[in-house]
Amino acid sequence: MKLDISELTAGYGSNHVIERLNLSIASGEIVTLIGTNGCGKSTLLKTMARILKPCAGTVLLESKSVHSMNTGQLAKQLAVLPQIHAAPEDVTVRQLIEYGRFPHHGAWRMASSWDRMVVDDILKMTRLEELASRKVVSLSGGERQRAWIAMTLAQEPKVLLLDEPTTFLDVCCQFEVVELVRKLNRKLGITVVMVLHDLNLAARCSDRLAAIRDRRILHVGTPREIITPEILRGIFNIESEVIYGRDGIPFFIPVGSCCGEVKS
Amino acid sequence: MIDGDVRQRPGFRIVILLLLALFAVSALLGAMRCGSRELSYARIIETLWNADGGTDFLILYYIRLPRVVLGAMVGASLALSGAILQGVMRNPLASPGIIGVSAGGALTAVAIMLLLPQFASLLVPSAFCGALATAVLVYALAWKGGIQPVRLILSGVAVASMLSALVSVLLLFNSERAVVILDFMIGSLSAKSWTQIQLVWPYMAGGVIVSLLLAQTLNILVLGDEVATGLGLRVELVRVILLALSALLAAASVSVVGLLGFVGLIAPHIVRLMIGSDYRYLLPGSVLFGAGMLVWCDTVGRMVMDPVELPVGIILALLGPPFFLYLLRRSGGHET
Repeated sequence: MKLDISELTAGYGSNHVIERLNLSIASGEIVTLIGTNGCGKSTLLKTMARILKPCAGTVLLESKSVHSMNTGQLAKQLAVLPQIHAAPEDVTVRQLIEYGRFPHHGAWRMASSWDRMVVDDILKMTRLEELASRKVVSLSGGERQRAWIAMTLAQEPKVLLLDEPTTFLDVCCQFEVVELVRKLNRKLGITVVMVLHDLNLAARCSDRLAAIRDRRILHVGTPREIITPEILRGIFNIESEVIYGRDGIPFFIPVGSCCGEVKS
Repeated sequence: MIDGDVRQRPGFRIVILLLLALFAVSALLGAMRCGSRELSYARIIETLWNADGGTDFLILYYIRLPRVVLGAMVGASLALSGAILQGVMRNPLASPGIIGVSAGGALTAVAIMLLLPQFASLLVPSAFCGALATAVLVYALAWKGGIQPVRLILSGVAVASMLSALVSVLLLFNSERAVVILDFMIGSLSAKSWTQIQLVWPYMAGGVIVSLLLAQTLNILVLGDEVATGLGLRVELVRVILLALSALLAAASVSVVGLLGFVGLIAPHIVRLMIGSDYRYLLPGSVLFGAGMLVWCDTVGRMVMDPVELPVGIILALLGPPFFLYLLRRSGGHET
């Protein structure tokens, strides 16, 4: 499913973090939002997920506004994993994933055999079968993140929004999460929009990058188009070198900040 | 071993629920039997069946039965109210007192009894209204484009301490008559009749039924506002409904038995230690345990210093904590 964001203004109270922002996300692509701390990446993602109400503008999911459609119906098409989440201490992995079926079976109907089958499939796909009866709080950071992503998958969404899914994870777990996202995108055709801080990770797993600066999208393009010294200087105030891996994926190496300094 | 925690198995939780039901039923039966006039079960059934109007019938039907039924209703309501609040606030220290219900009920009750004793017959409805009005006030004061649990707790504490100060003022200026409201301040089931039950049962029954229907919704809500929104829950709406339910349950309880603070705080925790935090089991468990706990404690209060009666509030506060601490320490070993 495609997402169209037009003239979106959002923020907290009168403080507009993003203003008249436009962005279109095609069905089946992975778009990663990049930018400095506080540039509005998370605000944009939360507004897309109807966690925040916009001050103006629209977010359209296949031409229907996510802010005016039935929130329960939307949850069957669009899932979001917020940056901060905590499970009650005795919730098991399986139970957490079952909560993801909530939009489908609601508050009163018991889980059907179909629901259980979906949960079993997801356990398999996210390689959590062995951990199914473990408590979520007892898992390692990477496993825990996989369990939460598995919960959003139980919604059987067409669009997945992830807010910094790799923060606080070690490098191996970061790759695990990103590879899982990539797999879901390729296998199930889920459209993914996420916020990542690690530009190299973002370049490796995204179809397009959207760089936010000064309350709007400054650049959108493929990783090769965005990861260039000029654009990165414009977005992050940083001097960098960019090299290319054997697979042609750009790799950025920071060499210094250029905050107010004039380089010779 | 964390993997095989028996508390996670649905079968185990059903067994615990059945045990809790047994606990509640045994409390009711035991309480019917005990008293200054001991009656056998055969005699109880026979008397109630025949409704012969004899002394035993009068004792059973007009004194013991309403007291036991009301005790069970109040215990269930307070425990349920506390369980819901602890979930909604995501705070283990939340109890019906925290949303101002107790303080509001107390102020209204004390005002009626000390300043307007001629309206004493309106005590229950007015305490109920006072308790609910205070809960609404606390909610309104905490509202700022939405409700944050922490702000709600802090407004609750602020309002409650103000109202308590007013209660103290009333008591101070009427100290010679303060003894009449002592029962209310401690929480007591003595001298309760069917009249009080008639006044509050619709609220309690309605509150219990709707709360149990919302158990799974509460499970989703405790995952956090953002996750719950993502799962399609109307977070603000669900929260205000749940808060209203717990205020209703607590207000109905406070208005008839006074300030029984302890049940709402501890009973949900005891049930949680036994059955886990899945609200589909925790809420019915709290209803059963709260009812049983209050009726047992009231029976102990009636018997222990017979013929002098100790108010149930005192027994609860004396017997509850040791049992709770025992459970807490016993489970401390394998909790994270």
